[in-house]
Amino acid sequence: MIELQGISKSFKVAKRSSGIGQAFKALFAREHTTVHALQEISFSIGEGEIVGYIGPNGAGKSTSIKVMSGILVPDEGSCSVMGYTPWKDRTAYVKNIGVVFGQRSQLWWDVPVLDSFELLKDIYRIPEAEYRGNLSMLTETLDLEPILKVPVRQLSLGQRMRCEIAASLLHGPRILFLDEPTIGLDAVSKLAVRRFIRTLNEEKGVTVILTTHDMSDIEALAERILMIGKGTLLYDGTIGELRNRFGTERKITVDYETCDRPLEIEGAKTLSWSPERAVFSVDTGQYRIADLISRLSGQIELLDVSVEAKPVEEMIVELYREHRI
Amino acid sequence: MRAYTSVWRLRFLLGLQYRTAAFAGIATQLFFGFIFIMIYIAFYEHGAGGAPIDLPDLISYTWLQQIFLTLIMLWYRDNEIFRLITSGNIAYELCRPCGIYGFWYAKLLGQRLAGASLRCLPLLPIALLLPEPYRLGFPPSIANLGLFILSLAIGLLIVVSVSMLLYISVFWTMSPVGSTLLISIAGEFFAGMVIPVPLMPEWLQKIANFLPFRWSADFPFRVYTGHIPEREALLGIAAQLVWIVVLIGFGQWLLSRALRRTVIQGG
Amino acid sequence: MSGVRLYFKYLSMLFRSQMQYRASFLLLTFGQFFIPFAVFASLYFMFERFGQLRSWSFFEVALIFGVIHMAFSIAECFARGFDMFSSLVGAGEFDRLLVRPRSTVVQVLGSQFEFTRFGRLLQSAIVLVWALAKLPIDWNVAKGITLALMIACGVFIFAGIFILFATLCFWTVQGLEVANIFTDGGREMAQYPLDIYKRWVTVFFTFVIPFGCVNYLPMLYILDRVEGRDLAYMAMPLAGAVFLVPCVLVWQIGVRHYRSTGS
Repeated sequence: MIELQGISKSFKVAKRSSGIGQAFKALFAREHTTVHALQEISFSIGEGEIVGYIGPNGAGKSTSIKVMSGILVPDEGSCSVMGYTPWKDRTAYVKNIGVVFGQRSQLWWDVPVLDSFELLKDIYRIPEAEYRGNLSMLTETLDLEPILKVPVRQLSLGQRMRCEIAASLLHGPRILFLDEPTIGLDAVSKLAVRRFIRTLNEEKGVTVILTTHDMSDIEALAERILMIGKGTLLYDGTIGELRNRFGTERKITVDYETCDRPLEIEGAKTLSWSPERAVFSVDTGQYRIADLISRLSGQIELLDVSVEAKPVEEMIVELYREHRI
Repeated sequence: MRAYTSVWRLRFLLGLQYRTAAFAGIATQLFFGFIFIMIYIAFYEHGAGGAPIDLPDLISYTWLQQIFLTLIMLWYRDNEIFRLITSGNIAYELCRPCGIYGFWYAKLLGQRLAGASLRCLPLLPIALLLPEPYRLGFPPSIANLGLFILSLAIGLLIVVSVSMLLYISVFWTMSPVGSTLLISIAGEFFAGMVIPVPLMPEWLQKIANFLPFRWSADFPFRVYTGHIPEREALLGIAAQLVWIVVLIGFGQWLLSRALRRTVIQGG
Repeated sequence: MSGVRLYFKYLSMLFRSQMQYRASFLLLTFGQFFIPFAVFASLYFMFERFGQLRSWSFFEVALIFGVIHMAFSIAECFARGFDMFSSLVGAGEFDRLLVRPRSTVVQVLGSQFEFTRFGRLLQSAIVLVWALAKLPIDWNVAKGITLALMIACGVFIFAGIFILFATLCFWTVQGLEVANIFTDGGREMAQYPLDIYKRWVTVFFTFVIPFGCVNYLPMLYILDRVEGRDLAYMAMPLAGAVFLVPCVLVWQIGVRHYRSTGS
């Protein structure tokens, strides 16, 4: 569905100066530096995948999204999406994609949501029947009925985001680019958005590219992660693989009958200890949790045991550290 | 006082960054200057006899308007101040250690001086070196030049205090448009920016003399050309000083009323 | 044609948007009436004092004034999206337009419509009507068409200038004040008959930016100051329409540049 080969892109950025002397000098000569935003990026995404697109700020995520959505023309490399080259035949290509920019709105600010939808219908030249069908489906699944007649500027962030997502799907695109869709949303709205995206992908087979800093979004939705750092693709794999590499550690919290001296268990590292509770970390690649717990119960009377896997966030941080970004 | 100078300095630096805007501004001013002068020349061909101001003085007057535009125009929007007032974030400003009136005044002053130094300074030598009859003439004496600089400086203070009143009015209207636009139009008209004051019909000139607007533009420029003789110029400067006291006093009083109102109403 | 339909949908949306802020809308419209009113008043006072401007009488100049201001206000209404393009690009909104399957020109035109400019339109209409009433012209269909063409093509010239300078935004968001020379400056200059200026002004503004073809030459025809070659004078304003074409081409070049360098 989406194929990128050797995509590269550089920008020239002007340097700003400070102080009166520098400012006067800058009146006559500006200095520039070259930023290599993308360096030989290659990957392919199949139809119906949900891909998590992550990386630190300034890594090149939004630049590559702009290339894939046809906004930006790369310096080198080729890109094929559904048979189109995004930056050529722009108007023919963009009919098939939907884009949601988390922090910027595509709806008209002072008029009711439905008016914005109607205008988008005309912009995308959606046939009346298809529009009606999509609209009722989106209204129902995103619970938009009570807010359709409300001006966008009066909506809460969660309501607005649901409308933005609906707006990007009115024309039935096969690919959806989501840029930070859950930023600033409350817990209920986040869950609603995630549920919707999952359903959309499962029932309609829409390919979703999700750019986000929220790792719980990734965990909930994406089977596959693409990580971009300093303009290059650093990681392309599933969350399962990531867990095998970094996620073998488990944190075990035990509550027990009062015990005065700290516990020493072979194979476990003590993270914290108090007379009532201790927290251990275990590398399950080397030791089994069952063995650990039986050794613990041999030493003290256990009241409660809980086992936590390493959160995706921490795994990602370790991945960043491994690539020194 | 330190706080005021650092505000001024910050604004000045910010203004200097816009070099392309400056070049563009100079080109614009040159163009408008030429067009207006050509129009006056064409008019004067027919009936120069009875005109209350002669053509060379009028040409100098026109150039001075263009050169010092940033210092005399009323319509100089500072969206930051508008936003502060309409959003109610004025509370943050109240926490600062210096008076708001002085703070904003220094800010506006710094903006204008930055804009002026980018545009006026280059334009001045150009206008002085143009071929006849387009040339900006020299003042007839050193005394005229001195009085001109003094009256222009005081005139700048007058313009800033009038624009302060416009910003303060937003506390009541809560909208940066509307009232400010209409007053700016009237203000610029009566400062002689649309039609020079000496060319207005008598009855209109009387109205213009009654308002503060002409004291920042029309008055200093005619002092420069000597159209207003020295003795009258000195009287005029005294009148300018009276206007400043009145405008700044009124402005500070009005601002304190507005702030009290905001605090009571809770922004 | 669906582009035209879409444009009117945009207009209806923008109107409803602007109507939400009724008070400032009315005040702005008022202001837009009084700005050209002040300029026209100064024109009146100058004629009161001097009697005549070279070979032109007050009402003849008023007619030119009306035509140019009407063209300007119509252009400002319609091409406001290009006039405001710097803020559109600055806010990163142009990317959104690129993701939609429509021409950028239609979308930018549809992004803004300044209804408050009707204030200026009304003022220039009043001046136009007054001047037409007071001028002793022998009217016929040909002259009527010429007058309409003058206004229409004046709109094209101003719109072309707006588009040209909007294109500049793709390279820099500053220095756009130069546009004022040609929009406001062009208007202030062209509201007077072009022959009162020096040669270089007349030449530039007839052959490069064809204000002269819209304000001066056809006016001579309407006022019966020329003999023969009627059709040539009638067709003069069309230079304005011709002017628009390269402006749109430059725009396309600008879009291409934006898409290869990002924002």
